[in-house]
Amino acid sequence: MSLIRYESPDVWRSLDRFANLRDEINTFFDGPSWPAATQQAQLFNGWTPALDLYQTTDDIVALVELPGMRKEDIELSLHDGMLTISGERKSDVSENDKAARSERFVGKFRRSISLPTRVDANKVNATYKDGVLTVTLPKAEEVKPKQIQVNIG
Amino acid sequence: MDTLVRENRSETTTNRQQDSEKFVVPVATVLENADGYTLQVEMPGVNKKGLEMWVENNELTIIGRRSMPSVAGTLIHRESRRENFQRAFELDPSIDAGKISARIEQGVLTLTLPKAEQVKPRKIAVS
Repeated sequence: MSLIRYESPDVWRSLDRFANLRDEINTFFDGPSWPAATQQAQLFNGWTPALDLYQTTDDIVALVELPGMRKEDIELSLHDGMLTISGERKSDVSENDKAARSERFVGKFRRSISLPTRVDANKVNATYKDGVLTVTLPKAEEVKPKQIQVNIG
Repeated sequence: MDTLVRENRSETTTNRQQDSEKFVVPVATVLENADGYTLQVEMPGVNKKGLEMWVENNELTIIGRRSMPSVAGTLIHRESRRENFQRAFELDPSIDAGKISARIEQGVLTLTLPKAEQVKPRKIAVS
């Protein structure tokens, strides 16, 4: 879909891809009930959090699935009509722990989406609840629908 | 000894076929240390109210039903799944099922599954 701009993979991501590919192969032998869509997305992009976009009369609203983050590790930026959500999920595995199964993504992620209309960058508001980030971006005044009074003579 | 919390895939599949409710399998990580296991399950949009868990025949089943924020507007782009989450794990015999505890924070369920006292490594003093 043309709405999403995927980041071009860099060297580190390419290395990640091999690790994920290994998982993918293991998964193949393991059985079919794996969260395949998530895995496939991660194979190419590290972590691509699912994003939904809504349009209301006054706002553009983005819902982003970011389970288990700390608020302070989520970054939002707006540039040239492009909303970017980035951040880092730090590993919470201690030295004494041994990972018997490791599907959760750990590391840096970045997700961009171009917004369908111009927004007022100074009035963007975000909340984070139950692992879902809600970003409310008020539309710029000039793109808001206006009631026009027409006098018919 | 190489013990883990195994996933019970066959059971999950059967349940899915029988129920009319559709589920997706959430991403999970299992950690083990001397005291027991920690199971982390990612279920964005799920909070305490939407969580249902039970142990039966040494099998742990987790169901998470989402309560996503509702937006009064037109959906113009969707990537999230509509389905709720379900996943089942076969518990290692070393786990004391009566002592499993759970908490959910920002869409991540963390289960602590302690090993029974008799299977924990114990130093034997020579008298």
